[in-house]
Amino acid sequence: MGPILDQLTILWNNSDALLKGLEVTLELGFSFFALGFVLAILIALGIVYGPKYMSSAFSGFSWIFRSLPAIILLFIFYYGPSKVGVNISPFWAAMLALGLRHAGYQTHYFRGAIQSIGTGQLEAARSLGLSLPRSLFEVILPQMLRFSLPASANEYAITIKDTSLAFSIGVVEILQQGNYIIAREYNPLTIYITIAIIYWIITRAGTRFFAYLENRYMVPGFELER
Amino acid sequence: MGFLNYAWEILPTLAVGVKFTMIITAASMGLAAVIAVLVALGKMYGPKPVQAFCSFYIELFRGTPLLVQLFIIYYGLPEVGLNFTSLIAAIVGFGLNSGAYQAEYLRGAIQSIKKGQLQAARSVGMSFLESLRTIVLPQAFRRVIPSWSNDVIYTLKYTSVAFMIGAQELTSVGKILAGRFFRFTDTFIVVGVIYLILVYIFSKSVDKLEKTLRIPGFEMRE
Repeated sequence: MGPILDQLTILWNNSDALLKGLEVTLELGFSFFALGFVLAILIALGIVYGPKYMSSAFSGFSWIFRSLPAIILLFIFYYGPSKVGVNISPFWAAMLALGLRHAGYQTHYFRGAIQSIGTGQLEAARSLGLSLPRSLFEVILPQMLRFSLPASANEYAITIKDTSLAFSIGVVEILQQGNYIIAREYNPLTIYITIAIIYWIITRAGTRFFAYLENRYMVPGFELER
Repeated sequence: MGFLNYAWEILPTLAVGVKFTMIITAASMGLAAVIAVLVALGKMYGPKPVQAFCSFYIELFRGTPLLVQLFIIYYGLPEVGLNFTSLIAAIVGFGLNSGAYQAEYLRGAIQSIKKGQLQAARSVGMSFLESLRTIVLPQAFRRVIPSWSNDVIYTLKYTSVAFMIGAQELTSVGKILAGRFFRFTDTFIVVGVIYLILVYIFSKSVDKLEKTLRIPGFEMRE
């Protein structure tokens, strides 16, 4: 039991650093997720209801951000702005890169959800005299958000873990704090397993939350047919 | 030196990286396919302890970041006497990770095939394994192609983190070049375009594969 107790002591002594890292990880995770989510709503509406040029431009945007590796986006967003004289903090670069990438994926699900609603509803809303923005936001959007919840939950589970990549451009999140501890104590196995468990909890807590939302906002009789 | 000249200059060196990116992707996908079949079947038809193990495996690898998994394999396991080169660690890591995702896709595909087919195969005298191999799996494999290809693309892009454990793939070569010429943005734009091309070629070939393997009348209903 000796070695395990030693490791637990090291963990206990370094818990402050890990918690500080966790805070940054959660901050980054929430902000990039929120950014991606809001952008994706606008992009998806633009793709389905916008004029042709807007639709293809937005689809192209979504494809590029889905097809580039996250790490390359991080590098481009971190090194790119300094090329034109703008200094960007690692945190902001990570938030923008991961947020836009998330928007690319999420757009895909929103678009699918919009298309499953059917065009009749929009026509009906318009013929009752609602303006286009009002019919989009009051008729289409509430259904789109509901229908896309399962896919969004899945996407959350995949993308939230990508916050771990941000340390490569210098964001001191939980993995980087872990690396600092490892540099002092040389115990990679303990630290990385601890971080893995923390990430597992974040992932599970998030998917639980989405399941709760799905239940809470379900309109009986309006479920998607499976 | 202009951007295009620079891109042209670094292209031959980046090609070496592309080679290793392809090797890592292909090898880990081979490993993942084997794992996926075993784990999916184990979770569905295995005895209770095997089912529990397979569920645990899937939960473990889908619930934690791939990068942390790679770090555990490459930096953590030597503590208990398991040493891998960075290339092998990358292949094992991506294979184990992708295997967990693919096992779930495959399980979904197997479940989408009506139970009656397995029962019919059994009742005409086929053994359980035989009916799986000749009746259920050939259909399940066809249905799993779209989600499988998504996962291959995901892995292809994600091999870009292998540089963090020292594997020499496209991104790591790009990083070295960027440092040497001190042109970070330009280099990563070139590297990004190469990834876009790889992803595009791959998804087009999978579409073709799907069409070639399609059996008329047995398409998945959307």
